[in-house]
Amino acid sequence: MAVDTAVGQRLGAQRGRAGSIGDVVFRALTFLFALLVLLILGGVIVALVEGAVPALRAFGFSFVVTEVWNPVTEKFGALAPIYGTLVTSAIAMLVGIPVAFGVAVFITEICPIWLKRPLATMIELLAAIPSIIYGIWGLFVFAPFVQQSIQPNLIASLGQIPGFGALFAGPPLGIGVLTAGFILAIMVLPFISSIMRDVFETVPAILKESAYGLGATRSEVIRQIVLPYTRIGVVGGIMLGLGRALGETMAVTFVIGNAHRISLSILQPGTTISASLANEFTEAVGDLYLSSLIALGLILFVITFVVLAIAKLLLLRLQQRAGG
Amino acid sequence: MSIYTQRRVANGLVMGLSVAATAFGLLWLVLVLWTLLENGFAAITPALFSQMTPPPGSAGGLLNAIFGSVVMTLIATLVGTPTGILAGTFLAEYSRGSRFGEVVRLINDILLSAPSIIVGLFVYEVMVVRMGHFSAWAGSMALAIIVIPVVVRTTEDMLNLVPNALREAAAALGSPKWKVIVMVSYRAAIQGMVTGVMLAVARIAGETAPLLFTALNNQFWSTNLNAPMANLPVVIFQFAMSPYADWQVLAWGGALLITLTVLCLNIGARALASWSAFKQ
Repeated sequence: MAVDTAVGQRLGAQRGRAGSIGDVVFRALTFLFALLVLLILGGVIVALVEGAVPALRAFGFSFVVTEVWNPVTEKFGALAPIYGTLVTSAIAMLVGIPVAFGVAVFITEICPIWLKRPLATMIELLAAIPSIIYGIWGLFVFAPFVQQSIQPNLIASLGQIPGFGALFAGPPLGIGVLTAGFILAIMVLPFISSIMRDVFETVPAILKESAYGLGATRSEVIRQIVLPYTRIGVVGGIMLGLGRALGETMAVTFVIGNAHRISLSILQPGTTISASLANEFTEAVGDLYLSSLIALGLILFVITFVVLAIAKLLLLRLQQRAGG
Repeated sequence: MSIYTQRRVANGLVMGLSVAATAFGLLWLVLVLWTLLENGFAAITPALFSQMTPPPGSAGGLLNAIFGSVVMTLIATLVGTPTGILAGTFLAEYSRGSRFGEVVRLINDILLSAPSIIVGLFVYEVMVVRMGHFSAWAGSMALAIIVIPVVVRTTEDMLNLVPNALREAAAALGSPKWKVIVMVSYRAAIQGMVTGVMLAVARIAGETAPLLFTALNNQFWSTNLNAPMANLPVVIFQFAMSPYADWQVLAWGGALLITLTVLCLNIGARALASWSAFKQ
């Protein structure tokens, strides 16, 4: 109590005009820095558009639908990197979502309370490991393993199916679209699972207990109570993970093989937008080459911006419902 | 099979799969860390911390790269932290329910997850092109732009946790609002805010993509912030992709260093957060 009075006297003694000027100044200061956040985003958009204009002017819309990427003849098209970005992200989602869901279910519904925190922390540490570490590990450890143990089996089994087998055709190289997609799955797993966990925790205990009281099993509670209640949040979490996967750079650069072509087989090397940037940007000679790379960056930015904005709006909606 | 058994089997299956999924997730953490220790430990020698990055075929260390990473991380933190804290303060204390606040919050969250290579492109366009050369300043600014949204987010979250009664009590004593914020809200939220800064540092310590086109790399010792500067992530990238065995060993050493730093920062931040939650 004595402390409170002392603070009160000190505050009281200094109030008055100094206070109101201080208020105006401090408010203006924080406002300016909040504005700066908007300016950064605005700056990113302006800088990317400005840099991309020469390429977009030279190639027009065909930039987005052309596969050719030839620095010698200065003909550039973004289709191969766009395709690679989408396919690796799709593989990452295909593998990552079920695993993330399993992890979230285990942590929220099954695991004993004392294990919850350590386990959640360990899964989240997967997100803390820098992407270059996944890259170097992927190149030296994972890709050779895939080449020797997984791809020959895939080629021998799935690769033999008519039609569908084209996805698994070609020699086992280790590096390629599949390996990159798989490493991306490991990297986005903690993001998706931590959001799923958070939204699963928002389900009112009384709803779940009522279902248990009626004799439902755990899996029935998850499917018929938890999932319907948190659907928007789960989709939001998935979109957030997708946003991460689309823009991930270093890990992919190490293992995708950096080939500017579209191959149907996911065992073959390809490239993504971010990998093309990381590999070629500092070596790009000629304004058109550089501008084409920046145009790639602009495309990536637009895609991730839309995906992340949808994710945020979905999660916001869930939050408002929980709050209201 | 009766319906009862069917449901039990289905339940067992789902539960079993989720246990398997968790084990699968943890497996990768163990595998990655194990490989790092196995390959990186041999590279941790006194020379790693005392010699410069070598040309291929000769012995050397990573001193210049370690120095560059520390310097750029430090500058980025010094620039990004106050910026982030002030912007976060605005969101938590001055913009409750305002439209502008909502927009800033949404944009900040998008910046938080935006691809870091885009930040690199932005700083390249704004600084490298205008200055005419790559520089450590540009690298630091790129990293600072990554720090800002992390700090904004945690500052806002932590200030929102401060009970309004505390603010009202201070206001009732006649203190102006800025003083309430600085002397009451900040003090109550300080541990959470420090946690946020630590997480931000952990995030940029291993960032590679935004440095590729800004700080570039430098094979030699350089303290000139206006020139390209060596840094661990880009050196690891260059050395790991090279065909030279001794470069690859150094890359593993650097990778182990970065990972240990990042994990320590992360676990430290979490420990601090749970300790302060426990104290309350």
